[in-house]
Amino acid sequence: MRQPSKEGSYEVVIASDPLETRRVQDHIEVLLRSNRFEDREIFSIRLALEEALVNAIKHGNQMDRAKKVTINYHVRGDRFDILIKDEGKGFDPEDVPDPMAVENLERPCGRGLLLMKHYMTEVVFHPPGNRLAMSKIRGKPALNGPLNGHHFTGK
Amino acid sequence: MSAQPRRRRLEVEDIGEVTVVNFTDKKILDEQNIQVIGEQLFSLVDELGRRKLLLNFSNVEYLSSAALGKFITLNKKVKGASGKLILCSIDPQIYEVFEITKLDKLFNIQKDEQAALQAF
Repeated sequence: MRQPSKEGSYEVVIASDPLETRRVQDHIEVLLRSNRFEDREIFSIRLALEEALVNAIKHGNQMDRAKKVTINYHVRGDRFDILIKDEGKGFDPEDVPDPMAVENLERPCGRGLLLMKHYMTEVVFHPPGNRLAMSKIRGKPALNGPLNGHHFTGK
Repeated sequence: MSAQPRRRRLEVEDIGEVTVVNFTDKKILDEQNIQVIGEQLFSLVDELGRRKLLLNFSNVEYLSSAALGKFITLNKKVKGASGKLILCSIDPQIYEVFEITKLDKLFNIQKDEQAALQAF
């Protein structure tokens, strides 16, 4: 279910199914290409989206198909913004162990947040942690601040 | 979750003592596919007793952190069996993912298949 609103913003509500996230990602890629985002930027965004949507479905909604993920996004000029909301109880990003620490290098999970933070310009989890806002601004490196916050500049 | 056919995700070839694995998927993203890839990789060690494994990424354009998790577990299994795991032919964008996560320090990564075969 995809609903374009004014100024090229979209709202999509999907079941907790990885295949549905793929369709959303494909649509976003079309938008990015039509706005002349480069391959490298599209790679970055797709990777961050994959991590974020899998987190929402797997950790947020616990793979329960009855629970939905609501996704708002738009591409305007040099900027891509997305807000992803799941029906989970949320989490504190600060509780996730540092995957780059030597003692955690061989842990098979926990790298999604790191990749999102690296590849996107802004990554903000709104308390209680089930609403994630991410932005990618062409030509701007990632802002390496804390993951928790209250701003979403794209809205 | 939608059912997907459980098809072969890996192409496996033996070159001498080395088992060379190529991925049939360009995108190693989907959770179900990653699960199957993991099972097929682990069976090479656990069931078929392979000890020298080379993962060739020349076909791979995307991979997620869930895929990295499978490679980490595979590395543990191979090391636990006194074997050796080498990765090769990783696209620069994918290699950056290994660098970001510091997994370039954990894995033996070679430029291409020839260099990798010589590194065993």
